[in-house]
Amino acid sequence: MMRARVAYAGAVHDATPAPPHPSARGDLQLADGRVVAEDEVVWLPPFEPGTVIALGLNYADHAKELAFKAQDEPLVFLKGPGTLLGHRGVTRRPSGVKFMHYECELAVVIGRPAKQVARSQALAHVAGYCIANDYAVRDYLENWYRPNLRAKNRDGATVLGPWFVDAADVADAGNLGLRTFVNGNLTQTGNTRDLIFDIPCLIEYLSAFMTLSPGDVILTGTPEGVANVMPGDVVTSEIDGLGRLVNTIAADDEFGR
Amino acid sequence: MQAGASCFSIPFDVPPYRLSGTVFGALLNHRSALAALGDAASRPPYDAPPDAPVLFIKPRNTLAASGRVVMIPAGTSELEVGASLGLVIGRTACRVPEARALDYVAGYLIVADVSIPHSNYYRPSIRFKARDGYCPLGPAVTARAAVANPDMLTLRTYFDGSLVQTASTADLIRPAGRLLADVTEFMTLAPGDVLALGAAGPAPRVGPGRTVAIEIDGLGTLRIPFMDAAA
Repeated sequence: MMRARVAYAGAVHDATPAPPHPSARGDLQLADGRVVAEDEVVWLPPFEPGTVIALGLNYADHAKELAFKAQDEPLVFLKGPGTLLGHRGVTRRPSGVKFMHYECELAVVIGRPAKQVARSQALAHVAGYCIANDYAVRDYLENWYRPNLRAKNRDGATVLGPWFVDAADVADAGNLGLRTFVNGNLTQTGNTRDLIFDIPCLIEYLSAFMTLSPGDVILTGTPEGVANVMPGDVVTSEIDGLGRLVNTIAADDEFGR
Repeated sequence: MQAGASCFSIPFDVPPYRLSGTVFGALLNHRSALAALGDAASRPPYDAPPDAPVLFIKPRNTLAASGRVVMIPAGTSELEVGASLGLVIGRTACRVPEARALDYVAGYLIVADVSIPHSNYYRPSIRFKARDGYCPLGPAVTARAAVANPDMLTLRTYFDGSLVQTASTADLIRPAGRLLADVTEFMTLAPGDVLALGAAGPAPRVGPGRTVAIEIDGLGTLRIPFMDAAA
């Protein structure tokens, strides 16, 4: 099942893709029965996120792209709730920066508390999946406690959605194609089979020292093909079976700066 | 009980009355902490002292109220305890001007940034800082009005009653208002969020069987017993 959380007509609703119907003009159906168009609603992250855990350099090709040598432990960092944004949102590119890039990633949502979980049992703790687009502003990267929050935890720079897809509906999360399009042009491709540390391995690693709770989410890293984006660019992140996550880049003036 | 549940029972008698569960902290923001690195701060892999605030996140599994035991994992003999003043945000703080930053603060509490000691600050693993219970905080949120000047507070850390470190918020590189201004330039803080201003360095190290007490003038005492996980 695919579910979204959207704001519409004064309330926040759970929504599902609208069933095909000749008379229904709409994309999604709210829990109360109304069928509405994709652009009539405000899309929120499709679940209530707890701790946001992200991976750096977890695809061999992307690590190579950034001239990074092999690692013996996953490169994990944390993000706060203020950076999260839903589908069709707007992300600010600060004026004066030279390199701000998207990162299309598979997001794994925890469904059952996980403490010291073995790799073989790890997938039983996964509720489902969604697409993440985890922006970085490389100009702000410093050499202290990388990746520093000014580069990776900016307001509205971590996009989640559009749908939360139940784990039962994803046949093999370890074999999903990822793609990013900028203004319709394909700029990034990858497949989760190329993860350096796969999902069971990440859950085993993390749950060995931190208890994971329902709603905690792991952004599993991005493959090769990151590119600079400019105000006005429309960035679409796509993962097989999870949908298409759209985001627009805006300049400072839209934010009153 | 859930790892983080108990921090929400911390007494908090002014709006928003409840912590959000999001805790940010600054590192190397106390002059002594940066000074402890000496010339190394200007050499590889760092190349230069930090420009923007160096921040960390303590996720919800780390949050714990005063008195909860911190476990020292197998293979580790001692943990570092970074005593810090924590600001509790009272209203949405986005791009706050330094001069008015404290208007956004609901109150204050004591935050202990507990870590497995690590010598490299380039890209340390989160397993050093994000372990269950590694962010004791409290004992209560003291209302902003009850603290005359957050930039003139003394912090004292005791091991089993013996004083091991004294520090002052007067020695912060970015004092409360400046840090809030610089952080909220790119990252909005929400009501109930905590921003720890930064511990003095070098952080004292504690072994199993000891109880740490951190005291800040007017904010009370945060007590943290340490135990060996292998015991």
